[in-house]
Amino acid sequence: MIRLEQLCKTYHLGGESVHALDHMDLAIAAGDYLSVMGPSGSGKSTLLNMLGLLDTPDSGEYWLEEQQVSLLNEEQRAALRNQRIGFVFQAYHLIDRLNARENIELPLVLNGTPPKRRRPLIDELLQRLGLEKHALHLPHQLSGGQRQRVAIARAVIRKPALLLADEPTGNLDSHSSNEVIELLEELNGEGITLLVVTHDPKIGERAHRRLWMQDGRLTGENLDAKSREGRTGRKARKGSDDAQR
Amino acid sequence: MRSADLLSFNLRLLTRQWFRTLMILLATAVGVAAVLLLTGLGEGARRFVLEEFSLLGQDTLIMLPGRKETTGGLPPLTGEGSRDITLADVAALERLSSISLVAPLIAGNAQVVYAGRNREVMTLGTSARFFEIRKLTLKQGRSLPLIPLERAEAVCLIGPKAKTDLFGSAQALGQWLRIGERRFRVIGIIEDRGQSLGMDVSDQLIIPVASAQQIFNVQGMFRVFLKVRPGSSMQQARSEILDLMQKRHGGERDVTLITQDALLGAFDDILKLLTLSVGAIAAISLVVAGILIMNITLISVSQRTAEIGLLKALGASRGDIRLLFLSEAMLLALLGALIGIGSGYALLWLGHSLWPQFPVSVPLWALLGALSIALGVAALFAWLPASRAARLPPVEALHGEIGHA
Repeated sequence: MIRLEQLCKTYHLGGESVHALDHMDLAIAAGDYLSVMGPSGSGKSTLLNMLGLLDTPDSGEYWLEEQQVSLLNEEQRAALRNQRIGFVFQAYHLIDRLNARENIELPLVLNGTPPKRRRPLIDELLQRLGLEKHALHLPHQLSGGQRQRVAIARAVIRKPALLLADEPTGNLDSHSSNEVIELLEELNGEGITLLVVTHDPKIGERAHRRLWMQDGRLTGENLDAKSREGRTGRKARKGSDDAQR
Repeated sequence: MRSADLLSFNLRLLTRQWFRTLMILLATAVGVAAVLLLTGLGEGARRFVLEEFSLLGQDTLIMLPGRKETTGGLPPLTGEGSRDITLADVAALERLSSISLVAPLIAGNAQVVYAGRNREVMTLGTSARFFEIRKLTLKQGRSLPLIPLERAEAVCLIGPKAKTDLFGSAQALGQWLRIGERRFRVIGIIEDRGQSLGMDVSDQLIIPVASAQQIFNVQGMFRVFLKVRPGSSMQQARSEILDLMQKRHGGERDVTLITQDALLGAFDDILKLLTLSVGAIAAISLVVAGILIMNITLISVSQRTAEIGLLKALGASRGDIRLLFLSEAMLLALLGALIGIGSGYALLWLGHSLWPQFPVSVPLWALLGALSIALGVAALFAWLPASRAARLPPVEALHGEIGHA
């Protein structure tokens, strides 16, 4: 379903070039369950943004469902994000003035679905995720686990092919973490391709296919968590040097 | 996005930040109301003046003694003659073929006494023709008799206000009163018509012109009203009058003729310009409101960076984002303008009910202008911040929030 060929992305931070993606090759089959782990700055967030069409590569090709999406313009990418890709973020990114129902509704509102057709879709999803009682609650009235479930509902309301989760349990306690990850796995069981970026080995190990990244490259696949190398990965330090002046 | 969704999304935003919303609404409303109020008053003043002067009628000329150069601008309203316009001149004018009616006028303040009551009253000396030319009607009694101009008959007509002042509720018709040193019999009471040409007919006395000459001890006319005969052109009448007067005054053109059109034209131009300029001054306050909207939109964009990132991740296009911020500003401007229109009309209505004789009306161009300036300014000033929001790269926009979430 997804094929990356020699994908490169370089960021320029204060004169220094950082290779966030360094000639990355990757193929992902439909319905796969992947985790991406690695130290900060290893490029795993860039990979996720790239797969989610939020960022554009400097070179290389990205094929999504037989379409070379690296050739699309911003408007076409936006449409494709709406149709085929769902995002789950560490910080939930719910709009705090909208209630749970309205937050879940957003992707449908953006693509212009009439309210009559929106209602049954949301009702069904709310019920499935056990959120009926919270439909009219604002985000600040919900617990962290509930917020993340609302965010997941929003990500899958359009029935996307690809679900991208960036540290989905990073702000949650272990009980809520479990609930959230089980929900994501359940959705994966129904056919959505799931990719989870995480720091947490316990979460990462649950994936069928585990990727490790360092310096913009894949350093390992399907390996045991203990054999991770280069734990003390290079971290950009120039920021603090500048600040001392 | 559907427009209903856009509307409810924006309304949610505006009600949540109600204080901010209120301030912008206030700024826009004040601007729009100011435009309506000022143009409404200006237009009212224009109509007031036009109504006053149009009572003269299209075919009436006013002659005043003294030569005035009237090339543009207002014709003179006070005349100091070099040579008097005499009653003989008036009689000669009556014989002109292009003139149907001539009415002389001498005006002045006179002491009027009745039964121990003493008032100073504006007294007009004229002829019966005056009533036809000025379209005066009588409430009671009869008009001035059709007598030769030089006959000083001891009769007078009285305005209703002057009548109340002098007679109270007593019968005035047929009574004798004293004007200056002479006694006059009241033969008619004039119908009240309110102010006209700056003179209140209801507070005046009208006597034959020869009587006025004696009371005020003058020979020359203050004004002569001339009505052009139907079928004759104004231009022809004008030159005939001037030629005649020149001949009678020893070859000197020492009178000035004013037409209603010239008067009205001059007033109309000036007052229209005045209305336009006060409207434009008021419109400046709308531009200030626009700058306020720009600042608020800029703040809104920077506060909602993460939201912009999220909406982009959920599939909002650049156009969607720009529309979101533009429509927010436009909605504010529209609501503000509607409030301004409402309060502007309310204030004008209040003014009108306090001062009924002053016609207030907002010209349509001012109403549409204020509305479109308010919306246009909002769109113009919100365009920059909205485009900035639309151009934000999604990754960085999302990140803006992650830092302090």
